[in-house]
Amino acid sequence: MKLFSALMVLTVAMFLASLFVGYAAISVPEGLSALFGRGNPLYVTIMQDIRLPRALLAAMVGVSLGLAGAAMQGFLRNPLAEPGLIGVSGSAALGAVIALQTGLAATFALALPITALSFAALAVGLILLLAGPRGSSLTLILAGIAVSAFAAALTSLTLNLSPNPYAASEIMFWMMGSVANRAMSHVWLALPIMTLGWIALAGLGRGLDALTLGEDAAEALGISLSRLRLQLLFGTAAAVGAATAMAGAVGFVGLVVPHILRRFAHGRPSTLLWASALGGAAMVLASDLTTRLVLPDRDLKLGVVMALIGAPLFLHLIYKTRREIA
Amino acid sequence: MTLLSVQNLTVRRGECPVVDAASLVIGPGECVGLIGPNGAGKTSLLRGALGLLTYEGTSSLAALSPKQRAAQAAWLPQTREIAWPMSVERIVALGRLPYLARGARLSPTDQTAVDAALTRMGLQNYRTRLATALSGGEQARVLIARTLAQDTPLLMADEPIAGLDPAAQIATLQVFKTLAQEGRAVLTSLHDLSLAGRYCTRLILLGAGRIIADGAPRDVLTPALLAEVFRLEAEVIDTPQGPIVQPLGVLT
Repeated sequence: MKLFSALMVLTVAMFLASLFVGYAAISVPEGLSALFGRGNPLYVTIMQDIRLPRALLAAMVGVSLGLAGAAMQGFLRNPLAEPGLIGVSGSAALGAVIALQTGLAATFALALPITALSFAALAVGLILLLAGPRGSSLTLILAGIAVSAFAAALTSLTLNLSPNPYAASEIMFWMMGSVANRAMSHVWLALPIMTLGWIALAGLGRGLDALTLGEDAAEALGISLSRLRLQLLFGTAAAVGAATAMAGAVGFVGLVVPHILRRFAHGRPSTLLWASALGGAAMVLASDLTTRLVLPDRDLKLGVVMALIGAPLFLHLIYKTRREIA
Repeated sequence: MTLLSVQNLTVRRGECPVVDAASLVIGPGECVGLIGPNGAGKTSLLRGALGLLTYEGTSSLAALSPKQRAAQAAWLPQTREIAWPMSVERIVALGRLPYLARGARLSPTDQTAVDAALTRMGLQNYRTRLATALSGGEQARVLIARTLAQDTPLLMADEPIAGLDPAAQIATLQVFKTLAQEGRAVLTSLHDLSLAGRYCTRLILLGAGRIIADGAPRDVLTPALLAEVFRLEAEVIDTPQGPIVQPLGVLT
């Protein structure tokens, strides 16, 4: 309970900071009334159309990545697992890159996220075909690696064949990940898909707890492993696919957040699920804030900052736990 | 009343049957030891009977839904796995999972079962220790306590005492014997023939996937059967505590 309140306070604080910190200096009371459509029309536009969708998307992406990371680590019983492992984010990125390259992205506002989502769905279908609905976790990982590698190769190929450097640099920038310049329509497209994914992933708690004792013991405890695997695959695809479609490739959240919080969740996978969801939201919001506070006029990318924060944090964790590991 | 009824159970690995038309019935009050050389099919028989492997024939447990089965039989796999740094009490409490509603906390009944399991395995002072930081033998005891906490009529264990110190081996088998005396049943594979003979009410001898002998320990542990199935030259000594099997050499 203490963990829940602490994470909740942190996430809400980050969310509010994300709303009220920005390029335009808007005071808190002015911002609040602008958020509800009152006061200076310019402020209303900034609050409602720029900052609110940005903060919402950052939080939603964080929840998706944190939740999927905790679920994937719990399922594979491996602290090195991360949501990108099954190839969904790589495929979503490929879809986005193709949309950018072909000019499809410019035809209508949501063309890019919709293409990315379709590719994520395609990847899951491919993995199910490769690993089989009853396949072991090993075949699932191997299929994921294969799909990831193939998606990465096709992404590089698209860049490689890019006719002009502008398209290439646009693709490069998109792939660095960002939640800047998103509209509420992005939120409305992503929210229902992500919510489905969150529900699927949040329902894994019991099964993941049982899996602590291994696959055989979990099955004898009344857990259906094939259903668990399908639910995980579907949940990850929906949540992470939508997150990648909206914000590009934002790494490290799904890996680092469960790792940091595991100790506070007493190692229990079910507790870690919601803890990582909140922790992920706080972390992405904080990183997005950082992009705005440091070098605000250079359009620092979220994915870059994330890795810059995440990697040293990860090193610190390894340094701290090396005695336990050794 | 039977707790497990297996008829003509066959488990194949590829074409080759690793369990070949095995039939057995276990009722309350029995502590059944499953013995046999390496590769005789002990684990496959146990897993097949639970429905964790594809099998032919019938098994009363495998016919149940996963949830019903979890309330009927607890299963201790041979591979001892504790994936995350959780406290001993939390690991043991995982045995209560089949009875918990989604997201529910442990009820007083659950807590009583967990406490009883910890006490039976002598782990009262380990409650808050991290299970992953314990020694292999201690982890094995924690995992046995987890199956005890499941509080099922039947307990199935695959080599539960492998790697335990002699005192812990005897203490564990004594727990199994007590469970049987309380009206439950235990089916466990064992490699220590003397301990199997002393603590089990009945032994099933498995050789190359077939049940070779099934009966009272003294009827199964005979030099002739040991020679036939284990290729072992052994002397069986009767003591007031039960038979002691003294292996003397390997038959070639």
